[in-house]
Amino acid sequence: MSDISQEQTTPEAPLPLLDDEQEAELGRLSYRQLVWRKFRKSKLAILGGITLLTFYVLAIFAEFFAPYDYQHDNARLRYVPPQMVHFVGEDGFHIVPFLYGLKQSRDPATTEISYVPDKSKVYPVHIFHHGDPYRFFGLISTDIHLIGSEGPFYLLGTDRMGRDIVSRIIYGGRVSLTVGLVGVFLSIILGSILGTVSGYWGGLTDILMQRLIELLSAFPTIPLWMALAAALPSTWTGIQVYMGITVILSLLSWGGLARQVRGKVLSTREQDYVLAARAAGASHWYILMRHLLPTAYSHIIVIATLSIPGMILGETALSFLGLGIRPPLTSWGVLLEEAQRVTVVLNSPWLLIPSLPVVLVVVAYNFVGDALRDAADPYAT
Amino acid sequence: MTNYILRRLLFAIPTLIAISILSFVIIQLPPGDYLDQKIAQLEQQYGDASSMAQADQLRKHYGLDKPLPERYIKWVKGFVHGDFGESFRYEKPVNELIWERLAYTLMLSIGSLFFTYMLAIPIGIYSASHKYDWKDNTLTFLAFFGMSLPGFLIALLIIVAVYKIMGVPLFGLFSPYYMNKGEWSVGKLFDLLNHLWVPLLVISINGTAALVRVMRGNLLDVLGEPFVRTARAKGLKENVVLIKHATRIAINPLISMLGMSLPDILSGTTIVSIVLNLPTVGPLLLQALQDEDMYLAGTIIVFMSILLIVGNLLADIALAWVDPRIRYE
Repeated sequence: MSDISQEQTTPEAPLPLLDDEQEAELGRLSYRQLVWRKFRKSKLAILGGITLLTFYVLAIFAEFFAPYDYQHDNARLRYVPPQMVHFVGEDGFHIVPFLYGLKQSRDPATTEISYVPDKSKVYPVHIFHHGDPYRFFGLISTDIHLIGSEGPFYLLGTDRMGRDIVSRIIYGGRVSLTVGLVGVFLSIILGSILGTVSGYWGGLTDILMQRLIELLSAFPTIPLWMALAAALPSTWTGIQVYMGITVILSLLSWGGLARQVRGKVLSTREQDYVLAARAAGASHWYILMRHLLPTAYSHIIVIATLSIPGMILGETALSFLGLGIRPPLTSWGVLLEEAQRVTVVLNSPWLLIPSLPVVLVVVAYNFVGDALRDAADPYAT
Repeated sequence: MTNYILRRLLFAIPTLIAISILSFVIIQLPPGDYLDQKIAQLEQQYGDASSMAQADQLRKHYGLDKPLPERYIKWVKGFVHGDFGESFRYEKPVNELIWERLAYTLMLSIGSLFFTYMLAIPIGIYSASHKYDWKDNTLTFLAFFGMSLPGFLIALLIIVAVYKIMGVPLFGLFSPYYMNKGEWSVGKLFDLLNHLWVPLLVISINGTAALVRVMRGNLLDVLGEPFVRTARAKGLKENVVLIKHATRIAINPLISMLGMSLPDILSGTTIVSIVLNLPTVGPLLLQALQDEDMYLAGTIIVFMSILLIVGNLLADIALAWVDPRIRYE
């Protein structure tokens, strides 16, 4: 595929001439430092990296950052619209921001329930609020949350069971953000092993492998994912389903990676240093692990980064269709499943908010992956 | 060339057999079969399942009492004379259920493919010829965004937006008036076209965004080549250089990507159809998978794969036709 990295090779302006000092400095830098230097130049990639870091930190310390437990429901506060945080109340300016309580009001004509701020009740926002108890990493029992309040605290509203959407998004990130990572990890292992083997040995192994990859790529992705996800037994626990989904997602993506690695290995296997290693009596395994695979590392990392978004979107789509992650476990796709019926979305549009983190994370991964692709070859100007 | 096509078609046969075996097995992986589900459902509804007392008889009728390989062979044998088994849920031959839906699937997929390329090529050219100015940067940003929006989400947003603005739900491919009218008329055709643009647009967005990036990259590469400089030095107008000289070369890799965009388009069609409730095979497949309606689901997957394989072949032929340097032996 001809890609964005090639833009860099287009000589629009004459190449900037490096003076001797700069050249000497470049020579001293290691490959890693050179990559970092080039990567750092892309502002979008840095922005993407920061976004990703934020989301992962939120997901890791979900218990602390989420105001509520993700299963904390309240049958009397269903479909509450996002609440406003106020600084100015009826009695003037407050230094500590606060929220109003909620009052149910029933439309006499349609008997539809809606919630309006109850200005008689003022709940200040607490930092390090004592809320739902939890065990930090399953070890330390505590009930401290970063923010919260004594009254209802639903910054992005609640769902049909009166659960806080902010908390559910933060917890849901755990599944949505790791599905891609675990899936890519699996496909890297499969793809690089099979790719190197197929490229190094060639012959029948290679032909069989290529046919297998072709077969996999002849499957329409989403329908196959759907079939596999529907085949996961309904008796499985949340963790088992989660693992099942990641395996399914990586099952189709290793082929592309294996192809790329194979190409790389094919081009390096006849190089002098490989022949030299062979002549020196190195075993096949040693040559594969120490000489061939490392040359493909940068390539593998770039492809991996670029295939994470596809997996995140895959999980979201499957869960949205009700074939993926199953409640009570939650993910961004599970949250969006609630928004499947248009009538619900029209009445409570805030149910679409969980799509925002999906889009942000995917865009961020694309930015980072794109910059990595450019940076992986730091010697190109 | 004929030789090449024949060979490709021959190679497609083992692929299809493998796909049919795989999908047949996968669909039946969950424990139990359709009738078990049906019985459990009836028990839940009426307290007993005496109406399904003839379950064993039905099981025999559908061949569910036979081992898997036997069922598979029976199913595949039917393919030769256009018999794809029977759907349990609809109690009709699969044959009667899928043809119309397959036709709509094909229509939507081809339409979106067309849409994708029609949009992406001009935008890519524009973006490349305005490299790094604010228009290009905006387009680049939009393209990244378009690649990242899941199709079902775009579909949802568009439905909501259309409902808010026009006050009518935008579902399906026809208005209720024409939905139940079997025969085609000019009115029905216009009604179809009126509904078609939403799914086409939704399915195309992802592909368009990705393709814009590729087109831009290719064109920038080509614009750096000496022959472009020569053309400019000859005093040709910039437009002529851009369109007649550079674009012609830059467009080739896009044609080779035709084959690669097909799986994405089919996937997009499937999922967008489910959200928008379009009469394609997508919603039918989802239903069939959940019901373990194996002959129906299996046939749909096999047909989708056939679409892909044929599409890939056509893309390769198109490439050879456009780029005479490519030789197939």
